[in-house]
Amino acid sequence: MTTFADSAFTALALITELNSSLVAIVGRSLGVSTLATLLAGAVGLVLGAWLAVARFAGRGALLTLLNTFLAVPSVVVGLVVYLLLSRSGPLGALGWLFSFKAMVLAQALLVLPVVTALTRQVVEDAQALHGEQLQSLGAGTGLRSVLLAWDERYALLTVMIAAFGRAISEVGAVMIVGGNIEGFTRVMTTAIALETSKGDLPLALALGLILLGVVLLLNALIAGLKRWRQGLEAGSVTPALSGAVF
Amino acid sequence: MSDLFALTDVGVRFGGTRGVQALAAVSLTIQPGERVALVGANGCGKSTLLRVLHGLVPPSQGQLTSPPLLAQAMLFQKPYLMRLSVQANVALGLWLRGTPWAQAKAQALQALARVGLAALAPRAARTLSGGQQQRLAMARAWALAPQVLLLDEPTASLDPHAKREVEALMHEFAQQPGAVTLIFASHNLGQVKRLASRVIYLEQGRLLADLPVHDFFNGSLLQTQYPQAHLFVKGETL
Repeated sequence: MTTFADSAFTALALITELNSSLVAIVGRSLGVSTLATLLAGAVGLVLGAWLAVARFAGRGALLTLLNTFLAVPSVVVGLVVYLLLSRSGPLGALGWLFSFKAMVLAQALLVLPVVTALTRQVVEDAQALHGEQLQSLGAGTGLRSVLLAWDERYALLTVMIAAFGRAISEVGAVMIVGGNIEGFTRVMTTAIALETSKGDLPLALALGLILLGVVLLLNALIAGLKRWRQGLEAGSVTPALSGAVF
Repeated sequence: MSDLFALTDVGVRFGGTRGVQALAAVSLTIQPGERVALVGANGCGKSTLLRVLHGLVPPSQGQLTSPPLLAQAMLFQKPYLMRLSVQANVALGLWLRGTPWAQAKAQALQALARVGLAALAPRAARTLSGGQQQRLAMARAWALAPQVLLLDEPTASLDPHAKREVEALMHEFAQQPGAVTLIFASHNLGQVKRLASRVIYLEQGRLLADLPVHDFFNGSLLQTQYPQAHLFVKGETL
């Protein structure tokens, strides 16, 4: 109980005094995970939507493989990226190992299956309900996947939030490819792991609370945005986004 | 007059050899300008037949021939409307068939005026009532200027007032110049009487009766020559 009370007090103190190294760590964590989620989203949303609508030989096997990747431990992803980026690896020439970019790459690969698999599920459900009507209007596979994904954008926003949550809370991959270098590649989760190993549990827990707070704040922001958009679209005006797209 | 559709022993099986035979050996022809009602109990193959005609479901057996580039549109029991405005939903159908977006929006407005929804053009489509949504779907079909309009129980989930409105539009559709061919599935025999010129009765995927509408509702003829259809009309198979 004392540890928890100490942690809450330490967390509060760190936040109120705007500790510069803490701010840097939080900023780095958010930067790495946001970029990784966006990267994974750019690929995963398109791939997932296409997989939901397209029918081809071997699709079932591909989906099974994709779902299997959902359970890949982050350390394994870290290890693979480490091997790819190490000096003797195929991407060694990039010189990314123990850098911000390496961490972004590792987290992007980690959350890519999450974005792809969940997008596939969301769009496939929509395809089962409405795909035939879009097909009747003349939409082929590609257009159908784009239109259904667009129409399910709020559900896909939740998918992106889940992916971001997976990215920002993982420690294994960034620890391996980033190296937890202070002021350079240290992020919240690796800092927590380090403080725990040093025995400074209140500080580790405080960092954990801050991490939770940051994620909570982001989720609240996105939920608010989502509600605002839905409210706007349920009203009597033409949705602004529809005008932007069409 | 050349056939719009000619089906020869068309069969549709879903789910391989252990699956369901949705249609079995259906042979028929449909001429331009006809108003064909498909009737039968749930699961008799009405919707599958409509989907085969529309090209959404390929026949597993037999042959379907129709003129190339036949302009078709289909209305479903519950129309799919995207999270867009009423006008954009109508324009989408045109845009998907190659009309530039600005032109599609202008044409959409004309089509909405025909179904009495022009005033609601900027509204979010999903905020419309069930009847209005079906009228919107009708406008979307109308905008495509189809030669054939297929309707899968378009009034099944509507209240009587909305039902009448949609029925009136179907009637108007059939009356417009150029003889649009209407093919619709319905459980509502009153509607069939009012709208159809020909009735096709299906049972377990098989076509058991194909008659002009006055013959279909001629009790003694049906009883003697088409006993299953007669039982259906009397409501005894439901």
